[in-house]
Amino acid sequence: MVPLSAYLILSAFLFATGVVGVATRRNVLIIFMSIELMLNAVNLAFVAFSRFLHSMDGQIIVLFVMTVAAAEVAVGLAIIIALFRNKETVDVAEINLMKW
Amino acid sequence: MIDYVWLVPAFPLIGVLINGFFGRRIRRAAVGWVACGVMGLSFLVSSLVFWDLLQLPPDKRVFKGVVFTWIASGDLRAEAGFLLDPLSAVMILVVSGVGFLIHVYSVGYMGEDRDYPRYFTHLNLFAFSMLLLVLASNYLLFFVGWELVGLCSYLLIGFWFERKTAADAGKKAFVVNRIGDFGFALGIMLIFVTFGSLDFQEVFRMAPEKLQVGSALATAITLLLFTGAMGKSAQIPLYVWLPDAMEGPTPVSALIHAATMVTAGVYMVARNHVLYELAPFSLALVAAVGMATAFFTASIALVQNDIKRIMAYSTISQLGYMFTGAGVGAYAAGIFHLMTHAFFKALLFLAAGSVMHALANETDIRRMGALKEHIPITFWTMAIATAAIAGIPGLSGFFSKDEILWQAYSGRHGHYLLWLLGVATAALTAFYMFRVLFLTFLGESRVDPHLRHHIHESPPIMTVPLMILAFLSIVGGYLGVPEVLGGANRFQEFLAPVFEVGHAKAIPSPHGAVGLELGLMGVSVAAALVGIGVAYRFYIQDPSLPHRLAERFQRAYTALLNKYYVDEIYETLIVNPFKRGSVFLWEGFDVKVVDGSVNGVAYLVEWGGSLLRKVQTGYVFNYVLAILAGAVAIVGYMAFWR
Amino acid sequence: MELGLFIVLALVAMASAIAVIIQRNPVYSALYLILTFLSLAGLYLQLQAQFIAAIQVIVYAGAIMVLFLFVIMLLDLRKEEQRAVKGGYQLLIGLLLAAILLGELGLVFGGGVLKGVPGEFSPEKVSALGNTQVVGRLLFTDFLLPFELTSVILLVAIVGAIVLAKRRLD
Repeated sequence: MVPLSAYLILSAFLFATGVVGVATRRNVLIIFMSIELMLNAVNLAFVAFSRFLHSMDGQIIVLFVMTVAAAEVAVGLAIIIALFRNKETVDVAEINLMKW
Repeated sequence: MIDYVWLVPAFPLIGVLINGFFGRRIRRAAVGWVACGVMGLSFLVSSLVFWDLLQLPPDKRVFKGVVFTWIASGDLRAEAGFLLDPLSAVMILVVSGVGFLIHVYSVGYMGEDRDYPRYFTHLNLFAFSMLLLVLASNYLLFFVGWELVGLCSYLLIGFWFERKTAADAGKKAFVVNRIGDFGFALGIMLIFVTFGSLDFQEVFRMAPEKLQVGSALATAITLLLFTGAMGKSAQIPLYVWLPDAMEGPTPVSALIHAATMVTAGVYMVARNHVLYELAPFSLALVAAVGMATAFFTASIALVQNDIKRIMAYSTISQLGYMFTGAGVGAYAAGIFHLMTHAFFKALLFLAAGSVMHALANETDIRRMGALKEHIPITFWTMAIATAAIAGIPGLSGFFSKDEILWQAYSGRHGHYLLWLLGVATAALTAFYMFRVLFLTFLGESRVDPHLRHHIHESPPIMTVPLMILAFLSIVGGYLGVPEVLGGANRFQEFLAPVFEVGHAKAIPSPHGAVGLELGLMGVSVAAALVGIGVAYRFYIQDPSLPHRLAERFQRAYTALLNKYYVDEIYETLIVNPFKRGSVFLWEGFDVKVVDGSVNGVAYLVEWGGSLLRKVQTGYVFNYVLAILAGAVAIVGYMAFWR
Repeated sequence: MELGLFIVLALVAMASAIAVIIQRNPVYSALYLILTFLSLAGLYLQLQAQFIAAIQVIVYAGAIMVLFLFVIMLLDLRKEEQRAVKGGYQLLIGLLLAAILLGELGLVFGGGVLKGVPGEFSPEKVSALGNTQVVGRLLFTDFLLPFELTSVILLVAIVGAIVLAKRRLD
């Protein structure tokens, strides 16, 4: 029997990996994938809790997270396309329109 | 017809709207037609309303028409309502009638002016304001008219605002009026606090119950109201704006001096006679200020050389008579003089305008003379007006002025000193008015040679109003022939119901003193004749005499010529300290404290912003790091410190 | 056997996740990400969440990652591959913070401080009813409103994606 904490620590590790990806990469596509990684890490934690706490709510939430992630990917990739069309780059270091 | 009294002010307002909005797009002739037309219609309605009022029995001659409720807020209730009684009926007749003639005259006089539509818009607005003031049924509406009249005087005196003197004169009129209006507004507030109402009829009904005769409250209210009248009707000490008001076009002066504006103060005192009767001190002050003003300004007028300026001082002087009449309780006499004065003063100004028209805007009577042959109509009409104002028996001024003098002597609040000063003023008036007439039209010509061939009589559109006014100046007095001369004094009888509201029997006719009245009348006529005789001696028989006299009494002469230095005294005592205080507040307080604190806050924000904006790099990953740091901190707090 | 499977799947997931973030070429990153998702799906099966596992494979590893690959190949990214990682301080602080976060989470999760009251859906009950049926019944009863709202979110996302990505008609 695998303990709950094993799943949670795996989840934490995947989440931290995603954080590193977001914080250190320049390619906006990889940043985006890292975000997906973080979402999946959270999903794993939800499913693990669901299993060990005898509740189905965790799995339902995971479904909603997936739906929202699908919507997010669709819109996010559309933004990336529009961005690339305008600036010919996917490097976040060259995108600083929010500057003062 | 009487229900349509609201049309009286409505017509000029229509004129204002038409000429104000479309004046520049329609032809000049149409502008004139509209402006005169609405005044003519207004006069027509006034006449019809007056006629209707005459058909009613004397004690039923009060009509109040409410057009709509203007303000209803808590206890404050003000209607856009019109009060028609014999007093306001007389006033609307005078205002619309004389106003109409001045409008017609203006068509000719202002014919060449660039700002023709603006002129007539303001002129119509002036007439509207005055009619609103006269017909108002409550203090608030009255005050609106009162202020609008002040505004119009500012606009019209400064009509040629490209000239600095004109713009300054307009400002002066406005500011001096504002000083008076401040007191007036306080008076109205005090009335509202005291009575809880602003309606004329309600206030007058409650006044005898709420106020005791001679109480401080009654005195305070009436004095505050009189402050407004001092400003508007140019009495000591606020008269200084009126002589400068001649900077406006001459017909405007005629309108200000005769029909509108300055008579508002006299009308106001007469309208509020119920309150004034409760404050004998205020009445005495009104009479004293009136007579002092009459004498003081008449003396200034003796030596002035500007034809319009002399007329202006003469107006102030005559207004002093009217206030004296009101102050001694003879309100009807005051209003009577107001009416006759409207006729002959309008005529004098319009005739002066005609003279200026003939001489290319020359106003200095030292550069006139012998104009009689060139402009006969102007001469004869002006001569009639001069005789009327001087009090020659048979003309309108004689009857009205003499009524005031008689009341000043024998009236309920009369005093022989008032009479004495009045007679002296009458002599002075006769002198300076005939001085103008002689210097302008008779004697030798001192006109600039270049102008000689230019002299011409004004067109009919200007001379016809002169003739009508001359006719009125002659016959106007026969409305109020005193009983002692075999008349019935219909004018006083007509106004009597108004002035009997507050006190059972207002004017006890001083019977049994027929001999005295005739005697006093004789004295005043003699005084006038002496004045005329002196003027004749000075300016026809021996033209060098005035110069010798002036040299002999050098000091008095310069004092008079400089108007007793009143303007200069005001400048030093009031205007300059005020200016210095304002400059101090501006440079010391406003710039340093107010602006300093406002700018200081702005600098602080800007400085902080310039530091903080460095945080906004615009790079997403910097923001990600910040979010991450926050997340780490929050998780750490949740996990270990809670 | 159970533990051995978990360790294998966990190691694959961790390794491929690290590979995702260190690859220069985004195509490789995407492929490694698919591998992570698949191993997660295996873990879901082990946790008796069969429906979620299926959805994970179909929606995530299938639809979403295909979309990613489409976009990657749509864009001309060759010159981007040269400088993949940001400057020194950014890398340093990012790694440091992530490590701290991992430490915090590890302490919390490993410490066994988390306690809960077991609910009514024990693994035996779910197995008896069938996982998909339980999830479906809950979605259309207790979670009906959120479920319907997700359809609105998807609709908005469709419209938004089209508006953002279409070429300007000028």
